[in-house]
Amino acid sequence: MDSATLSRILTAETLGFHIIWATIGVGVPVLISLAEAWGIYKKDPHYILMARRWTRGFVITVAVGVVTGTSIGLMLSLLWPRFMQLVGNVISLPLFLETFAFFFEAIFLGIYLYSWDRFKKPVYHWLTSIPIVIGSTFSAIFITTVNAFMNTPAGFTIKNGELTNIQPLTAMFNPATPTKVAHVLSSSYVTCAFLLAGIAAYCLLRGRNHSYYKKALKMTMIAGFILALATAVAGDLSGKFLAKHVPEKLAAAEWHFETQTKAPLILGGYLDENNEIKGAIQIPWALSILGKGTPNGEIIGLNEFPVDERPPLYLHYLFDGMVLIGSYLIIISLVFLIVWWRKKNLWNPWMLRGIVLAAPLSFIAIELGWIYAEVGRQPWIIRGLMYTNEAATTADNVGTLLVVFSLLYLALTLISIFVLIRLFRKKSVEKELEERRIIL
Amino acid sequence: MQLEIIGITVLWTFLYGYVIVASIDFGAGFFSYYSMLTQKDHIISRVISRYLSPVWEVTNVFLVFFFVGIVGFFPDTAYYYGTALLIPGGIALLLLSIRGSFYAFANYGARQSRIYHFLYGMTGLFIPASLSTVLTISEGGFIRQTGDGNIIFLPETLLTSPYSWSVVFLALVSVLFISAAFMTYYAYKAADRPAFEILRRYALFWSGPTILASIWVFMALYQHNPTHFYNMLDIAWVFLFSLVCCLGAIYLLWWRKALGCSFILVMLQYAFAFFGYGYSHLPYLLYPYITVQSGLTNSTMGWALVIAFIAGLFLLIPSLFLLLRLFLFSARYVRGEK
Ligand code: HDD
Ligand code: HEM
Ligand code: HEM
Repeated sequence: MDSATLSRILTAETLGFHIIWATIGVGVPVLISLAEAWGIYKKDPHYILMARRWTRGFVITVAVGVVTGTSIGLMLSLLWPRFMQLVGNVISLPLFLETFAFFFEAIFLGIYLYSWDRFKKPVYHWLTSIPIVIGSTFSAIFITTVNAFMNTPAGFTIKNGELTNIQPLTAMFNPATPTKVAHVLSSSYVTCAFLLAGIAAYCLLRGRNHSYYKKALKMTMIAGFILALATAVAGDLSGKFLAKHVPEKLAAAEWHFETQTKAPLILGGYLDENNEIKGAIQIPWALSILGKGTPNGEIIGLNEFPVDERPPLYLHYLFDGMVLIGSYLIIISLVFLIVWWRKKNLWNPWMLRGIVLAAPLSFIAIELGWIYAEVGRQPWIIRGLMYTNEAATTADNVGTLLVVFSLLYLALTLISIFVLIRLFRKKSVEKELEERRIIL
Repeated sequence: MQLEIIGITVLWTFLYGYVIVASIDFGAGFFSYYSMLTQKDHIISRVISRYLSPVWEVTNVFLVFFFVGIVGFFPDTAYYYGTALLIPGGIALLLLSIRGSFYAFANYGARQSRIYHFLYGMTGLFIPASLSTVLTISEGGFIRQTGDGNIIFLPETLLTSPYSWSVVFLALVSVLFISAAFMTYYAYKAADRPAFEILRRYALFWSGPTILASIWVFMALYQHNPTHFYNMLDIAWVFLFSLVCCLGAIYLLWWRKALGCSFILVMLQYAFAFFGYGYSHLPYLLYPYITVQSGLTNSTMGWALVIAFIAGLFLLIPSLFLLLRLFLFSARYVRGEK
């Protein structure tokens, strides 16, 4: 394989790995901060303990997030030198700002971790969680603007092959930025709500009936429902954005070949040798509604684009998977809330199993969404400006690096899971409640 | 002031910051492993982990800041160094990843493990060695540009160059010296007498090799890049100051006096040497291909970055100050009472 292909594999692998930890890094602080605030407000030590325990797991995942993030940050220069040269000229501002967000987060994480009992008033300790939330959320925002730029580059003019008239802010706030930032943030938050809900549900399933778990589950499910709705709305807006600015990506995901109004939305199915859609569920008008907000909206088809600039058609399944999971998250949390409201048995094992399942599913949705977004940009690394192949390094040895880092990621995954399990086994909730003499 | 000078000064200052805080971290990892081997870990590991636990992530951000910043201010460096450094950069990344994650596993994950400790200790020596080769490469002679613009890295030349090895050696002994000097001060503040005595001995032990290694680097640079060597001679007073600071620090360590001042002198020693080296390296970012002028980003972006930097400092300085106050200058925390 050539260096460009290997670089793509290595980049995809590193980002796909980083995003797992980065998502936790963006979302979990929000829930930690919520739990602590609620605990202080209600004077309920259960919530405070929740915040403490989540934080303890969080430091481990942050460490993997930091090292994989450092890897991808430096790797972009090593694997895509031409790309980074251009990035440096046009879109380095948000990257640079991101490092300040990292500083902010890292500093306050250190403070938060080691000052649980150092302040006279608990509120002061809670206050130090706010900069962590701000720092991690802004690092996601800044990096997402860079990725948005890759999809809809803006803020410069090309004159004789040279980039001139650079406007850093226009580049940062390019057309893709608003929807992308909204969807990336909401999906990170929702994933973490379901991650923590899944853990609580799992403990309840295993017969650990302490009210601590029930409180944790209720809290995360309320957050999960709101965030799942927000994610779907942001996803819908992303679809509208695509229809307007990057029609080939939406068309490829929807197997939408001919430009037309009243376009149907296609779910599942497969393509035969003549590119005829078989075995799919067609929802009439739905694509026009997703793309333009009205059934009469015209959706541009894939046939309008030269063959060598069309993204691959397997994107369809990735998109469907993401939307399916998004719907599942809304449904399961809605059912939970209804059952709660009707005062029926909330702790039904099937309900709990459904919630446990939602945790891995939301991570799968994150991966599917990103692969859809990134592969959907091919063959461009920066849409309309630079081909992926041109940007790759010319150095050999990318293959060696690929092998080494694959092993590293595998080892990190296994060891961190092992460490996390042991960490929480050794100090169970029940034991810790006793040690801290929390009796309610 | 000119944009390129502002840019390189900011970056160089943060790199200096990284050299100091990372050296403390790297050296501490090594000492903690070494003391485990010699069964003294119960004495010094507490001092080490008390300081490191809250700050390790901040240390890493200094490095990220530098490599993101240099691509922003000088995009051409991404192209030249990025192409050339695939393997050395990959190795450094691998080591950094192992170190960061195993630090967290060992420290927050409960249970002491010999393997985690070993990985954490040894990477502390190999990372500075691999990172320091970037400075070596910047002296020129290890990267060639072919007629059609391709960049070729010459690893054999790098591995057989005496200059390259002198830099590696200097990096290693500096890490151990800086770290021991800081830890001595920290143990002193913690009023931890046994740890203080051990760490002070480490600091004194590594001070001599630091001076020798510096002299070796000078001589090797004369062989490798005479132009740069003569540029350094022009500002010889800076390096003399550095030596004076070093001697002052050793003097205070020896007599167990003013250990805070002693560590400040160590920082000054490295500040003089580091900025003297950087200043005489100018205008080259990569000899002879990129200078700060030729590699500079367009001026709109450059000024945007400068403004962002100033705004960032308003956020960063108070936060760092708070961090230091809580963990470094809080006598009660240092003593382990809270
Ligand atoms: C928990 C995760 C999750 C869930 C449930 C959803 N998404 Fe999503 N989606 C993402 C996680 C995600 C993501 C990982 O955040 C992506 C990848 C790149 C991006 O910008 O966001 C994404 C991208 C993405 C894009 C492409 C944006 C682009 O390439 O610029 C569209 C059109 C949608 N999503 C639409 C939806 C719809 C209509 C959903 C219905 C519920 C949905 N997503 C649920
Ligand atoms: C964190 C979540 C992300 C994931 C999981 C992800 C996933 C991927 C995948 C699967 C590819 C390979 C596409 C292909 O070769 O067909 C890729 C390529 C790439 N992505 Fe992303 N991506 C993410 C975010 C980003 C962001 C935020 C940026 C920009 C700052 C970015 C920059 C790139 C680059 C430079 C490439 C290589 C060139 C290319 O193939 O287009 N990615 N990524
Ligand atoms: C949307 C996708 C991404 C999100 C949400 C995200 C978010 C995060 C988060 C939350 C962290 C942990 C920071 C900390 O705790 O200090 C992190 C680390 C990091 N990320 Fe990502 N990231 C994404 C993609 C990327 C990409 C594409 C790059 C490369 C340009 C990148 C570069 C980094 C770096 C360098 C770090 C280490 C920072 C440190 O040392 O503290 N991230 N990222």
